[in-house]
Amino acid sequence: MSDPSVTQDLIHGGEGPAASVVSSSNRPRSLWQDTWDILRHRKIFWISFIMLILFLLMAAFPSLFTHKNPDYATLAKSMDPPSGEAWFGYDLQGRDVFARTIYGARTSIIVGVLATLVTVILGGVAGVLAAYYARWVDSILSRIGEIFLGVPYVLGAIIILGTVAPAQSSPDRVTIMAVVIIVLAVLGWPILMRIARSSVIQAKHQDYVQAARALGAGPFRIIFKHLLPNSLAPILVYSTITIGSYIGAEATLSLLGIGLREPVISWGIAIADHTSYIRTGAHAMLFPAAFLSLCVLTFVMLGEAVRDALDPKLR
Amino acid sequence: MAPAESILEVRDLVKHFPLTQGIVFKRQIGAIKAVDGVSFDLHRGETLGVVGESGCGKSTLAKVMMALERPTSGSVKVNGKDITKAKGAELKHMRRNIQMVMQDPYTSLNPRMTVGDIVGEPFEIHSEVLPKGGRRKRVQELLDVVGLNPDHINRYPHQFSGGQRQRIGIARGLALQPEVIICDEPVSALDVSIQAQVMNLLDRLQKEFNLAYIFIAHDLSVVRHISDRVAVMYLGKIVELGGDSQIYDRPSHPYTQALLSAVPVPNPEGREARERIILQGDPPSPANPPSGCRFRTRCWKAQDICAKEEPLLQIRPGTDHLSACHFAEALDVVHVQS
Repeated sequence: MSDPSVTQDLIHGGEGPAASVVSSSNRPRSLWQDTWDILRHRKIFWISFIMLILFLLMAAFPSLFTHKNPDYATLAKSMDPPSGEAWFGYDLQGRDVFARTIYGARTSIIVGVLATLVTVILGGVAGVLAAYYARWVDSILSRIGEIFLGVPYVLGAIIILGTVAPAQSSPDRVTIMAVVIIVLAVLGWPILMRIARSSVIQAKHQDYVQAARALGAGPFRIIFKHLLPNSLAPILVYSTITIGSYIGAEATLSLLGIGLREPVISWGIAIADHTSYIRTGAHAMLFPAAFLSLCVLTFVMLGEAVRDALDPKLR
Repeated sequence: MAPAESILEVRDLVKHFPLTQGIVFKRQIGAIKAVDGVSFDLHRGETLGVVGESGCGKSTLAKVMMALERPTSGSVKVNGKDITKAKGAELKHMRRNIQMVMQDPYTSLNPRMTVGDIVGEPFEIHSEVLPKGGRRKRVQELLDVVGLNPDHINRYPHQFSGGQRQRIGIARGLALQPEVIICDEPVSALDVSIQAQVMNLLDRLQKEFNLAYIFIAHDLSVVRHISDRVAVMYLGKIVELGGDSQIYDRPSHPYTQALLSAVPVPNPEGREARERIILQGDPPSPANPPSGCRFRTRCWKAQDICAKEEPLLQIRPGTDHLSACHFAEALDVVHVQS
């Protein structure tokens, strides 16, 4: 666990094409080494890192944590409180809340990570193009981004999801997840575009870019060799935090009944299904909600720890 | 100076940066005349120093000559071909002949690349120059040539000092074996002792590879040390151009004389008695230069003709080199008292 490359691969997990620029050449990157040195002395990093590992294990191998079938329902046990038999009790349908919470991690993390990935690809490409070509390319892309940013997040999601997958419909698992991922990314890319754009513009005016141009380097080489490696840090930090906020957003949409829905198991659905029973059987809602908050917190803390470590002003 | 073949011919080079107003409908309300009609030749193996104060257009001139900026008009011919009009593969090929050493060694090297990658990048861009197998060895040779340890090929720029970084920048400029290297204030970011080392290196490389330098600086003594000829710029124009002793010992333009009189003299003997020419005011804005002679607003010789007629850069009576002053007159400012 103390091998830096492991952490970096995890951090780079939700990173898209940009990440490969750094990790493909596996030589000591000065900045990343410094960052690692700072990170490993920070408690908050280790706490969030261990929690991240736990959540990832949950998502990848839920059977490690529970041997129960999350879909097995015994109506007789509906809303039974936590007991030795079922640690988190039973939900409305008489299903084990612990098992469903564990299995819910996979959906939430997949949605969070994939939506971030799509956001980074969309926003990153748009941001790099806007910054590199400037002039009218920048104007057009920035205005398009502002149009998307102008749409309130939840309103935009309700309109798109309400049209593509109305509340009454029951699309299959993959379709609804794909739709939710795309909705999150489509409404979220402009922020990433702005971050990518500003950090690429900053890198673009450095002398080494001029030097590369003077040598006759083409746009491809300048972008991938000079601009991206030097503007990756803010994108990386923001994406880590974004994973957390997308997990929360997915739950919001599920709660509104327009996001993920049965037969998908997710924290958001569990919360949505039991909001009206909060006084009689709070456990069915509180445990998934607690896991959701912890998971969001994990990614946000990790992102903040990485940002602090990358920020030279704090050194 | 013996007439030699010119390798770089700059003719009537003009670079104006438009000043615009308005957000949606941009209209041009003026232009910064950064470079305004500059002409000179550079001969093979020679060094042309370009001096002038901040904002006089030295760096813009360098960028236009490197085809990093398109000029508003005029031409820059490298070996007879105009680099400002070249495009694509032709431009790329021409770049092999004209390279640059940047001012700030701290920002001119990509911090995410090793020295080997930085110095080897020219070969990756111009892959026809050298087969892949020989590149590493060539990079090590280049590091050796500029006085760096070839074993440091895998280090990162931040592991070097300022002077060493500038050597890396020079090695990168040398890699394609250009005939012309434009040095844009290559030593102004360095300590004085390191400046000398880097200049001696440039001097040695010039003899070894028969390079022609355009050496831009604001430090007159640095320019004199390295240059065969010197061009003095003021507000986007060359005001005086001549051999280094012509410029330093017999300056004829008032601006050059004022510049030279401001050079610190290390020898305390007689230095107090030296007449210093102190110019009044600041350089006028390049967006709205004075009519006629651009220096007239600060010149003690200015008369009516200076406002009406722009003095051409030509040899004037009483001087032996080009000067853009109606009242050019040789005057040894530096050695007056000694």
